[in-house]
Amino acid sequence: MSSIGRTLERGVLRDIALTCLAVMFIGLSYGAVAVASGFPLWVPAAQSVFVLAGASEFLFIGIVAAGGNPIAAALAGLLVNTRHLPYGLALRPGVTGRGWRRLVGTHLMNDESVVFALAQDDPAASRAAYRACGVGVLLCWPAGAIVGALVGSAVRDTSAFGLDAMFPAVILALIVPDLRDRMTRRAALAGAAIALAATPFLPAGLPVLLALAAVLLLARTPAPASRPGRDPAASDQEPVPAPRPGPDPARTPGPGPDPAR
Amino acid sequence: MKDTTLVVAGMATLAAGTYAFRFCGQALRARISFPPRARRMLEAAAVILLAALVATTALTQGHGFAGCARPAGVLAGGILAWRKAPFLVVVITAAAVTALLRLLGVP
Repeated sequence: MSSIGRTLERGVLRDIALTCLAVMFIGLSYGAVAVASGFPLWVPAAQSVFVLAGASEFLFIGIVAAGGNPIAAALAGLLVNTRHLPYGLALRPGVTGRGWRRLVGTHLMNDESVVFALAQDDPAASRAAYRACGVGVLLCWPAGAIVGALVGSAVRDTSAFGLDAMFPAVILALIVPDLRDRMTRRAALAGAAIALAATPFLPAGLPVLLALAAVLLLARTPAPASRPGRDPAASDQEPVPAPRPGPDPARTPGPGPDPAR
Repeated sequence: MKDTTLVVAGMATLAAGTYAFRFCGQALRARISFPPRARRMLEAAAVILLAALVATTALTQGHGFAGCARPAGVLAGGILAWRKAPFLVVVITAAAVTALLRLLGVP
C-alpha cells in the first residue's frame, strides 16, 4: 500500500483525487434523492458500501420508490452491472490483487478504477492506480451518499446545479486519451450509437452491453492499435511512462481530429 | 418503505450479484490465455462500454431524451478534455454549462 505514492505519477494521483471528489458530489445527489423518495438513511448508506455501483443504486431506489418489487429492482440493477464482467476480462490478470487481498480488490472494480488501471502501461502502476482509485471511490461514494441523505432537502434539486452532467463528463474525460486512437474512436462512436438507438426499447443496462457489438469493427483491422506501451509483450520491460495530461505525439494519429464528433 | 425484509433481500441480491460479476471477469482472464490481438480487443471493449455509458447517461433519462442542457454540458466538457484542459476544469464546466442552461430555461 505504501508504494502507491512512488509507483504513480503525481498527475495520475491528482486526477484520481479529483475523480473521487466528483464521485462524492454525485453521491450527495444520490443520498438526497434516496431520502426524498422515502428511504431511511441506512438504505443509501448500506447500498453505497456494499453495492458500490452508482447507476444500479439509483435504478434500485427509483424502481422500489415507484412501487416496484425490490427483487425485480435488484435484477434490473444487476443488468446494469453486467458490464463489470467485461471490465474484469479487460484488466490485466492480478490487477485486483492476489490471495486474500483479491477479495477486497474485487469489490473496488468500478467505471473509474477500471479506466485508471487501463491507462497505466506498467503492471505495478496499473495495480496501484486501480487500488488508489478504488479505495478513493469506496470512501467518497458512501461519504457523499450519507451527507446527501442527512442534508436531504437542501440538495434535493440537484439538477439545478448540473450535477447529473458530472458522471458522463468524468468518464468522458477519462477515456479521451483512448479516443485519440482513430480505430478505437470509430468503434466507441459506433458503440455509443448502438446504445442510444436501443435505449427507447430495452431495459436499462442492456443498451450499453449491446454496444459491445462495435468491437467487431476492430476485428477486421490487421494493424495493432497505436498504443505501443500497451502491447502486452512489452509490459515486462516498462517503456517510458507517458504522463497522461501531457501531449503525446504517439497517441495522436490524425493531424487535426475534430472534437465535435 | 413498505417491507423492510424484502428491501434488504433486494439489496443483498444486488450486492452479491454485482460482486460475482466483478469476480468472474478477472477469474476468467487469469485462467484463459488470450492472443495479443484478442487482449487489445478486450481493452477496446472496455472503452466501448464506457463510451456507450457516457452517451446513454448524457443523452437519455429512462427510455427518453434527457433534454438539451445535460448533453450540452457534457459536450462542452468533452471538447475541453480533447483540448487537454485540466480534469477539474472539464468536470466543473460540464456541470456549470448544464446549470446555466437550466437557469435560462433550457430543459
